[in-house]
Amino acid sequence: MVTATDRKATRTERPDHVRSTELGKPVTLLEAIREALWEELERDPDVFLMGEDIGAYGGAFKVTDGFLEAFGPDRIIDTPISEAGFTGAAAGAAHMGMRPVVEMQFMDFVSCAYEPLTNYIATSRWRGSGPLPLVVRGPVGGGVRGGPFHSQNPEMAFFHTPGLKIVYPCTPRDAKGLLKAAIRDDDPVLFFEHKKLYRAPFLRETLAPDAAIEVIGRARLHRAGDRLTVITYGMMVHESARAAEILASDGIEIEIIDLRTLLPLDEDAIIESVKKTGRALIVHEDTRTGGLAGELAMRISERAFEWLDAPILRVTALDTPVPYSPPLEDYFLPQTDDIVKAVRYMVSY
Amino acid sequence: MARRTQDRGSASIAGLRRKQLIDIYYYLQLTRQVEQALANLYRQNKILGGLYRSLGQEATAVGSAFALRRATDGTGDVVAPAIRNLGALFVMGAAPVDVMMQYMAKAGSPTRGREQNLHFTDLDRGWIGLISHLGIMIEVMSGVALSFRLRGTDRVALTWTGDGAASTGAFHEGFNLAAVQRAPLVVIVENNGYAYSTPTRRQTAAESFVVRAPAYGVYADECDGNDVLAVYEMTRKAVAHARSGRGAALLEVKTYRRLGHAEHDDQRYVPPGELEAWQARDPITSFEEGAVSAGWLQERDLERVRTKVLKEVDAARETAEASPLPGAEEALAETLGGEHARLPWTRRTPPDPHATG
Repeated sequence: MVTATDRKATRTERPDHVRSTELGKPVTLLEAIREALWEELERDPDVFLMGEDIGAYGGAFKVTDGFLEAFGPDRIIDTPISEAGFTGAAAGAAHMGMRPVVEMQFMDFVSCAYEPLTNYIATSRWRGSGPLPLVVRGPVGGGVRGGPFHSQNPEMAFFHTPGLKIVYPCTPRDAKGLLKAAIRDDDPVLFFEHKKLYRAPFLRETLAPDAAIEVIGRARLHRAGDRLTVITYGMMVHESARAAEILASDGIEIEIIDLRTLLPLDEDAIIESVKKTGRALIVHEDTRTGGLAGELAMRISERAFEWLDAPILRVTALDTPVPYSPPLEDYFLPQTDDIVKAVRYMVSY
Repeated sequence: MARRTQDRGSASIAGLRRKQLIDIYYYLQLTRQVEQALANLYRQNKILGGLYRSLGQEATAVGSAFALRRATDGTGDVVAPAIRNLGALFVMGAAPVDVMMQYMAKAGSPTRGREQNLHFTDLDRGWIGLISHLGIMIEVMSGVALSFRLRGTDRVALTWTGDGAASTGAFHEGFNLAAVQRAPLVVIVENNGYAYSTPTRRQTAAESFVVRAPAYGVYADECDGNDVLAVYEMTRKAVAHARSGRGAALLEVKTYRRLGHAEHDDQRYVPPGELEAWQARDPITSFEEGAVSAGWLQERDLERVRTKVLKEVDAARETAEASPLPGAEEALAETLGGEHARLPWTRRTPPDPHATG
């Protein structure tokens, strides 16, 4: 066992469940996240993890399974149930040059840490109190019958706060590369992991062991097309891709931009694509009013109004809490068919 | 239960040399005189926000900070002041001119006009500026203390909370985390009788705050907050406890806020006679009388300190007043670092849609 007083990079005996990439095997989104955390803990002695049940239990979703044994209780810290307390403490440790990564067992609970995140952490650099290199990560999203308090997408509660970065990847490659980038970033990063994608078999991909870390603030072209641009992120990237397949069989090729980072937004990538296709559809799993679509529509209006051949539209969840029962939740969440219909309307406008 | 600090007779000289007693007196006077100068500036409308004074409770901040290991290279102990702990900042090495420029929103202030009063940080000298939300500094300082333990250093983190802030959830979450992690965090509850207008009896049904210590499983102590040497001695012991790896400490001092919450507050809620009673227990007068009657210091030593302080405060005020207000662009810089230091949405005017890119 290693203690934190050994202030050196650590090379561990990696257990099999963090060696997939090393062995050339494909990984799920969850495994990619696990590898990123493990490798950053090995690389930088200032990185440590805090959260509820992340040690002995390995985390509610087993993201940190086996970490306690390898890195010890001073780097994998099981906290009291106190999201505000340990998020505020992460700020203090970050002031001292450490790089804490805190886990929200479910991102729904990040509301408890709204105070330290928005008032203290987000403003620290601007106030002249120094940058706070910390990551708050955890599972988000619906479609898993989690009910209103284990299914939320709370990104917009923080989107309005200058001084934060918000990252929301939807592929194993991006999850690993962006989580590493988030840990190395000098600014605070909220890192959202869609729990329905954690173990989704269709996402498995083989990563290069020496892959470059990704850059926060860059969107990714998920699918190229010329008739319309779908701007989206998270699970809705994959929902939009399913819609694109259906539309392609009718000869309608749509472009899909995966934002990957919500703050800061890659405005140029959005504008460039919309100028090319002349149509912008925004899709998000988050609820409608005050969702990201409003801000994106405004930016497109500011910079690409004259290129538009149709109104900017959005497909989103409904303005209610996330319901539990399957017929209700499916009705609440945006579905492939909703996207297909919106695209058909817009291309015939 | 909490142990009582011994009476002043034995605690007083406790390891303090003559030079240190003069230093303590200097910081007490500096705090009071800087705040008096700030009050004058406030009345001249040269302070734009609120002015929060510590009249009558200077001994708490000065005595406790004096028990810490101070450095200028980021290797000493670290404090987070509450709004009435100006004296602690001076002990840690803050310059009066910086405090004045903070209050006067000047370009030369440590936050270059973005923030005010004691809301500024110097990690080299060992303090982290507070924000207005109460209790959060206990959470933040629990993490500072945790980092000291994780890195195997013997540094200590110390912060203060008023009787009001002790009611926050942040107090509990932050302090409990430090206690569980055996982090070297010392928290001093500065019970000064009022949180804005609300008396202590409406913050807690308990007779004190330090009675919470056994519930957290931590070291406890309490003393008279108007006795600077008692505060020093109490803090010194708690800091030694934390430094030796035995975990967090909860301390309480009883003192009194002789002015309103901020300068605008007329204290109409204070019962008659209360102010006068506490004025008679002024911490600076008590120190002067005690030091002279015990023969530790002479009246001329005190006079020399007072003259020096007044000269320094005058010079600081002149420099601060002469400093310009910041340029408007200071509002924008450094919301994020690196390539995002200037965010695209901080443009004042709409972008030109015909611009390339």
